[in-house]
Amino acid sequence: MLRRLDDFSTQTVRISIDDRTVEVQVGDSVAAALLLSGVTTTRTTVVSGAPRAPYCMMGVCFECLVTIDGVANRQACMVKVEKGMNVRTQIDRHPGRTT
Amino acid sequence: MISLQSLMNLDDRYELIVIGAGPAGMAAAIEATRNGVKTLVLDENGAIGGQIYRSITTATPKRLAVLGKDYAGGAELARTFTESGAAYLAKATVWRLTADRELGVSHDGMAKLITGERVLVATGALERPFPIAGWTLPGVMTAGAAQILLKASGAVMGPKMVLAGSGPLLWLLASQYLAADVPLLAILDTTPRKNVLRAIPHLPGFMASPYFRKGLGLVTKVRRAVRVYKNVDKLRAEGSERVERVRFSASGKEHSLELDHLLLHHGVVPEMNLLRSVGCEMAWDEEQICWHPIASAGGETSIPGIYVAGDGRAIYGAELARFGGRRAALEISKSLGAIDGAAFEHLCAQLEQESRPFIRGRFFLDRMFRPRREHLTPAHDALVCRCEEVLGSTLHDTIFRLKVLGPNQLKAFLRSGMGPCQGRQCSLSVTQTIAKLRGVSPEDVGAYRIRPPVKPITVGQIANLQTRHKRGLECLQ
Ligand SMILES: Cc1cc2nc3c(=O)[nH]c(=O)nc-3n(C[C@H](O)[C@H](O)[C@H](O)COP(=O)(O)OP(=O)(O)OC[C@H]3O[C@@H](n4cnc5c(N)ncnc54)[C@H](O)[C@@H]3O)c2cc1C
Ligand code: FES
Repeated sequence: MLRRLDDFSTQTVRISIDDRTVEVQVGDSVAAALLLSGVTTTRTTVVSGAPRAPYCMMGVCFECLVTIDGVANRQACMVKVEKGMNVRTQIDRHPGRTT
Repeated sequence: MISLQSLMNLDDRYELIVIGAGPAGMAAAIEATRNGVKTLVLDENGAIGGQIYRSITTATPKRLAVLGKDYAGGAELARTFTESGAAYLAKATVWRLTADRELGVSHDGMAKLITGERVLVATGALERPFPIAGWTLPGVMTAGAAQILLKASGAVMGPKMVLAGSGPLLWLLASQYLAADVPLLAILDTTPRKNVLRAIPHLPGFMASPYFRKGLGLVTKVRRAVRVYKNVDKLRAEGSERVERVRFSASGKEHSLELDHLLLHHGVVPEMNLLRSVGCEMAWDEEQICWHPIASAGGETSIPGIYVAGDGRAIYGAELARFGGRRAALEISKSLGAIDGAAFEHLCAQLEQESRPFIRGRFFLDRMFRPRREHLTPAHDALVCRCEEVLGSTLHDTIFRLKVLGPNQLKAFLRSGMGPCQGRQCSLSVTQTIAKLRGVSPEDVGAYRIRPPVKPITVGQIANLQTRHKRGLECLQ
């Protein structure tokens, strides 16, 4: 699990992650918000359905792809959280299907 | 600094466009604007600082204390940049660059094309790929990723965390975690023992450099507090839904540790995709085991008017990135007639003298932390291409059976390098595997060809370009 060092700053916003409301800090990337909210898998792969999670946090690996406000395949590590944001992980429970 | 809010605020032309607001880009913009050059700085991050000084302008006292003096030292550079006359747009991603120095920039769902009479690429470095079995499991991340979480969110991992690999950044991260009172389970030091011998000729230069005392103090402090396994190889991460343990051998003995986070690192390498996409010539550097863009002393690449500075040129660290950025800005200022020859000569000589001790220190670091050879190419049961899930064994077999000569040919067989990361995670490993199997140098093997867009851009952004410039789709060709 990840945790924060500082006292939670007063600048927080609420976002929704897979229909769960969480409070996160202004300045967090969506990927950081996901990891700090206990999400361990952010997507499954199209090829084998293997679980993946943010790896580089700097826009290089594309492991952090999630759906943000209805737009699929956004790099969670490159987008900052915003009030009311709706984030969905991209986990396919039936891998192997062609999507 | 003129802080711009949207693409609408961008002019169509600037004398200088700097891509990247890290130490190299900021130092360059400061020097260029001082000489009266009309300068724009673009960075895809939400704030200035680059990698080393990420979030420096918003760091809390607690974070400053944990991250250490080098980090805090960036505040002054950031302040000088803020006080400079440069225009700056945050969250602006450059996804395309042409030999005519036209840039495709995206920001907040929109895209725009602008031109620089000169362009400075100061896009920094990325982590060297570390293709071990299990490196795709959730819970395995890079040390750089842990640093980003620490700097931008004040977040730390635990309780059972292991660092594995080699290089100054690994020890820096360990010391930052210790300063934050976060325990580390172990450090698995993969530095090969023989590196010491290879590095010794450069020891005097290192001892005379500012890195010596800093580095020694840091490593000593960490060693005292954390269990360090030396001479580690045969690393593999294991687990089902996420990483549960790491197996390795240390000085010939097998070990296994249960953990919940594994952080990998064996150095950083220049991020080359933008320069590759515009056709800059590259050379293989066997000391740093990576490609470098070919550039003049002042940073001009093989394409006139396009310059490169900082870790995107060669891995020399933050201080030299600053010198390099300033040096390139001087060259650019001179070429635009913004400073005269005498002032140029004088300032260049001064810069060279100031940077010399740092340069001498770097040779030692390169040799001392040279990655273990077997970690540069994938093991048989490790995925080399994370996107297309290509195993090391498949890579080996394909190269061998089909007598593959280079990475671009391989794309057709395995799709490696064709996924969303555009080869950033496999290009170096693939080149080195082909070179190894063919018994030639990576220089002879080459690298993936890179085409724009080098960063993701949506259909909507292209469509929007189409209406405004009547040739949006051409940008992708
Ligand atoms: C994750 C990571 C963490 C690091 N942490 C440290 C550290 O703590 N201490 C240390 O000494 N060294 C650190 N380094 C090493 C680092 O490379 C250098 O020390 C230093 O930051 C290099 O400065 P630079 O100006 O060359 O590039 P950077 O500081 O990397 O700055 C490059 C900037 O360019 C931007 N950029 C890149 N591509 C684009 C694009 N296409 N469009 C728009 N903007 C773009 C990036 O957002 C970034 O802000 C780190 C490296 C990495 C990869
Ligand atoms: S975590 Fe690597 S691209 Fe987002």
